[in-house]
Amino acid sequence: MLQIKMGLRLDLSLKRGETMSNTKEMINIKINDKEMKVPKGITILEAAHEAEVKIPTLCHLDLHDLKMVNQTASCRVCMVELIDSKNNRNKLVPSCVTKAVDGMEIRTDTLRAITARRMAVELLLSNHPNECFTCPKNLECELQALAKELGVREIKWEGERMNYPRDLSSDAIVKDANKCIYCRRCETMCNEVQTCGILSGIGRGFDAFVGPAFNIPMVESSCTYCGQCVAVCPTAALTEVNHTDKVWKVLNDPDKHVVVQTAPAIRVAIGELFGMEPGTIVTGQLVASLRRMGFDGVFDTDFGADLTIMEEAKELIYRIENNKTLPMLTSCCPAWVKFIEHQFPELLEVPSTCKSPHIMFGTIVKTYYAEKNNIDPNNIVVVSVMPCIAKKAEAKRPELTKDEGNNVDIVITTRELGEMIKEAGIDFKNLPEEEFDRPLGETTGASVIFGTTGGVIEAAIRTAYEWITGEELKEVEFNQLRGIEGLREGKVKIGDKELTIGIANGLGNARKLLEEIRENKSKYDAIEIMACPGGCIGGGGQPYHHGNDEIVKKRQEAIYREDRRKKLRKSHENPEILRLYKEYLGEPFGEKAHKLLHTHYEARERI
Amino acid sequence: MSKFRTNIMVCGGTGCLASDSEKVFKNLKLILKARGYADEVQVIKTGCFGFCEQGPIVKIEPDNVLYVRVGPKDAKDIIDEHIIKGRTVDRLLYREPDKGKKAHKQEDMPFYKKQLRIALRNCGLVNPEDIYEYIALGGYEALGKVLTTKSQKDVIDIVKKSGLRGRGGGGFPTGLKWEITSKQPGKTKFIICNADEGDPGAFMDRSILEGDPHSVLEAMAIGGYAIGADKGIIYIRAEYPLAIQRLNIALKQAREMGLLGENIFNTDFSFDIDIKYGAGAFVCGEETALINSCEGKRGEPNYKPPYPAEKGYFGHPTCVNNVETFANIPPIILKGPQWFASIGTEKSKGTKVFALAGKINNVGLVEVPMGITLREIIYDIGGGIQGGRKFKAVQTGGPSGGVITEEDLDTPIDYDSLTAIGSMMGSGGMIVMDETDNMVDIAKFYLEFTMDESCGRCTPCRIGTKRLYEMLNKITSGKATMADIDAMKQLCYMIKDGSLCGLGQTAPNPVISTMKHFWNEYLALIKDVDNYQEEGRYIATNKDGTTIRS
Amino acid sequence: MKVKSLEELKKIREESMDKVNLREHGEINEDKIEILVGMATCGISSGARETLNEFVEEIKKEKLNNVKVIPVGCIGYCHSEPTVQVNISGEKPVLYGNVKGKRVHEIIEKHIKGGKPVENLILHVDFERA
Repeated sequence: MLQIKMGLRLDLSLKRGETMSNTKEMINIKINDKEMKVPKGITILEAAHEAEVKIPTLCHLDLHDLKMVNQTASCRVCMVELIDSKNNRNKLVPSCVTKAVDGMEIRTDTLRAITARRMAVELLLSNHPNECFTCPKNLECELQALAKELGVREIKWEGERMNYPRDLSSDAIVKDANKCIYCRRCETMCNEVQTCGILSGIGRGFDAFVGPAFNIPMVESSCTYCGQCVAVCPTAALTEVNHTDKVWKVLNDPDKHVVVQTAPAIRVAIGELFGMEPGTIVTGQLVASLRRMGFDGVFDTDFGADLTIMEEAKELIYRIENNKTLPMLTSCCPAWVKFIEHQFPELLEVPSTCKSPHIMFGTIVKTYYAEKNNIDPNNIVVVSVMPCIAKKAEAKRPELTKDEGNNVDIVITTRELGEMIKEAGIDFKNLPEEEFDRPLGETTGASVIFGTTGGVIEAAIRTAYEWITGEELKEVEFNQLRGIEGLREGKVKIGDKELTIGIANGLGNARKLLEEIRENKSKYDAIEIMACPGGCIGGGGQPYHHGNDEIVKKRQEAIYREDRRKKLRKSHENPEILRLYKEYLGEPFGEKAHKLLHTHYEARERI
Repeated sequence: MSKFRTNIMVCGGTGCLASDSEKVFKNLKLILKARGYADEVQVIKTGCFGFCEQGPIVKIEPDNVLYVRVGPKDAKDIIDEHIIKGRTVDRLLYREPDKGKKAHKQEDMPFYKKQLRIALRNCGLVNPEDIYEYIALGGYEALGKVLTTKSQKDVIDIVKKSGLRGRGGGGFPTGLKWEITSKQPGKTKFIICNADEGDPGAFMDRSILEGDPHSVLEAMAIGGYAIGADKGIIYIRAEYPLAIQRLNIALKQAREMGLLGENIFNTDFSFDIDIKYGAGAFVCGEETALINSCEGKRGEPNYKPPYPAEKGYFGHPTCVNNVETFANIPPIILKGPQWFASIGTEKSKGTKVFALAGKINNVGLVEVPMGITLREIIYDIGGGIQGGRKFKAVQTGGPSGGVITEEDLDTPIDYDSLTAIGSMMGSGGMIVMDETDNMVDIAKFYLEFTMDESCGRCTPCRIGTKRLYEMLNKITSGKATMADIDAMKQLCYMIKDGSLCGLGQTAPNPVISTMKHFWNEYLALIKDVDNYQEEGRYIATNKDGTTIRS
Repeated sequence: MKVKSLEELKKIREESMDKVNLREHGEINEDKIEILVGMATCGISSGARETLNEFVEEIKKEKLNNVKVIPVGCIGYCHSEPTVQVNISGEKPVLYGNVKGKRVHEIIEKHIKGGKPVENLILHVDFERA
């Protein structure tokens, strides 16, 4: 059952294969008797894949398309022996960082290399809590998988283990330093990709682990809770706060009316937890399983997304027409919102004031839905299933909880929902497909694409185009806005206006765009920002990709497939949205809409 | 040796051989024989006295008389006058070059002493807070000479020819390091002085910085010129407040006199130096860790390559040299590379400063020519073992080195010979142990140090040293079995093999070398061997017959 | 003052010579005495600062106007800190070890004033300088 596929490496070698023919300079090396030509500059690890030799790795992580490489060479699990028989000076080197050079003779299978690799794992295990049974990463743990792969049967070294209290301070991330193997992947992610600078090495020697500066509680740090550290952590040193018990509790409370909503990115990812191919669309099974779990209302955050577009498109038009602050930035991503609050507190008038889609939906459930179904909002519990860890903290923000009661009560991640479905004994894979509840269940293709980088802004453009020009938009797919690269831009012609759109995924890329804005150099009219590489499909709450960034791309393809499957592809054509405005909200961006669907931001300290 | 009343020592160093000392040697022997003194007086060929410009040198012991520029013809006078009649041959005594005055002051009398002070030349002689005293002793002349008369390549060539190797412990040729850095593309380069001295009991660098800070500043400017850097950084541990204070005074004085700053000596060369403080982490002496720390990052090493010479401080080519290395530079420039290269052994030139500590009478700092034996250092300079006890071992190379026992005491020490006998030069800590020392405890002491000082980055060093330490504890508490010893050996080699930087790669050395030389002491502590006594108590016998009790 | 050339530096050296002449050449024309006190961390931690202060006090008290106390670095004789070197023109410099408390007075009385080194405090210098 323990199947962690490090598919990335295969993928990587394919990519190297492509570049191989283009690279002029080739060198000759020998790996385990196999003589081969490889392009100059590649590492031994990469070369080994060409030779069909598998070298185990642990700290190494190369998220090629997401531009994240962790090359700390710290775990020493990928040691190989360089043969230098001439000088009788063989030596071990880490294959993940050592570049192949011409004439190099490499052996991955000597006793010396194998012993060093296995001992590295044994040493790690000797300082690791022996609690796989109850560990949140059980069967998802890369250290566990490695121990099996290397045939570790006993832990030779007994002795002191790290003994730190778990950090349960935040509403989103649990930090268990005792499980930190000091691979520093999270640190690379936090500092180099997300540029948040929260996580770094703490302590020295045996006591070293990764945490916020001075080991302050996570909640006191400037952490955005994007959860990318959780996504790359090989063990359970960083995990999400588990809220499944809370959900079971309310589901079993007869006085509670429990409403669930699932984010766009869930349906293209949760199948992975049940052994399905990445990129399988499982919307119908998802709905069916939620209903079987006992939710009283099963809804789609896509509805909230359509609502967001109504508000956001209107706000964009308002800003353009009234010469207000431009560019406008999207605000669906709570990690991104927290990022700007901490890192660019002077730019808080730039993001749209729209609440994020699931919070909007929660608001509508506790107002419109409650009224319509004659349920006391105090007895309604809204559960959001999100690909995201930051949403857990977002739901607890004071300004989002004070007026209307808790708009969203519980947030669980894709992974947590997967666990619950398994625990409930639901045969997910073989379920008949079912549809979301109505009303508030109709959604459009525009809202589905919220799940990927570029999707929110494309959805907004689909609506803004028709509102500005008054003409029908025939071609709804804006390929210039699509892709997975961290920083993209595209131009969109709307009537006689040409809008320049910027798209960033990954907070480090967002930082670049924000710096331009701060220096008044931004050329963009609107910018979409998502904190996670790839957007919500690559969110911190999604099934672990274990370094295989192909998975994220497959989820993206599925999102666009789902968009094409939809009859309605523009948010403002959603009849239930139109009815909501007509019956309840009034005008988009109007007074009531403002009160219910918009929020404000707060400058925060940078720690 | 004692049966001879007098020894005549003739220098057989390269310098003196070149000026015909071989003939002097032969003549002295012939004449002695002819006069019938061959049984009383012995003629010995010795290594370099470090006074080559006055060669050939002949020294008479125990009279402590030193003759210079001795020609083959002078042999007769030395025997007839000095040996037979007991009168010194005045014309052969050393005279001060300018004044023609005979030396009569001890420091100026170049009779052979074991110590030769190049790096420490001004320490204890000059007021470190007065730049004029430094200048009066020839300070900043090397910099002036370099800037006004030498090309960058000339300087590098001089340092290369001198044979100077890094004094921080690695022993990498300094000139080569400068050359590699100078050849890197890029306009911005840095030269860093590594003053993060951290070996237990070592304080060579501190002494130099406290006693003669200007010599380091001058050398850094010379190095900066050679590699094309206009910025130097001194990375010094914050626990050296006096050194920092004196460096700051020295920097201020040098700037005021234009010896640092813009257009030094009215040339195009501008150079200034910043001080960065380290928090006293041992691993920050490793150059990539040092650079990380300078940049404000966590002080931990990076994988090399790239080396600092290619990508160092903020990605720019950077040359990192140790304090003592720098202190050697001005004399090399002023006296020439041949002079420096004439001192020491074939592959290790010049002198080395050692901090003598442990069970030795004269605890302190010494500077000796390479090629001297450990016996000379310990007995002649160090005054032997405290309390007249028996010598057991000496640890060189600090926690990264190994123990050297009686049988290797006569090895002429240099970088390579120390490695060959299972230790290393290191930065210069030298800790002497006597017969009462328990070697397993010694190994544990060093290992505890490296374990505590590990940055934690790589698994073998972070967890491996801890486990190794725990294993040693198990041994000393009498609870270990032979299987544990086997596992421990394997762990030692794995840590050496698998660690990322020098700290981890050398951390098990004290264990490995004490196991090699004092295996009985380990054996005595093992549960399942015969001479195990009781919990934690044991008696063991060493190779040399000494008995160990715990 | 900025040094602009090697010649200027050499001039400064000439002018500064008198500062170190006694130490360098052992003989100067003046009747000047130098007391070098090893004031590195090792010396200070062994009480060199107190020793230095006592010398200064004593010299003031005794009105010895030709005696100058100079703090210097470490000479390496940790086993005998604080170390003090007395340079008197025309005489062999004398290095003393463990100079503390009453011994300061003894050196002033016997050596500086009386011209006779305090034999039992003398350390043998066993190195030469390049």
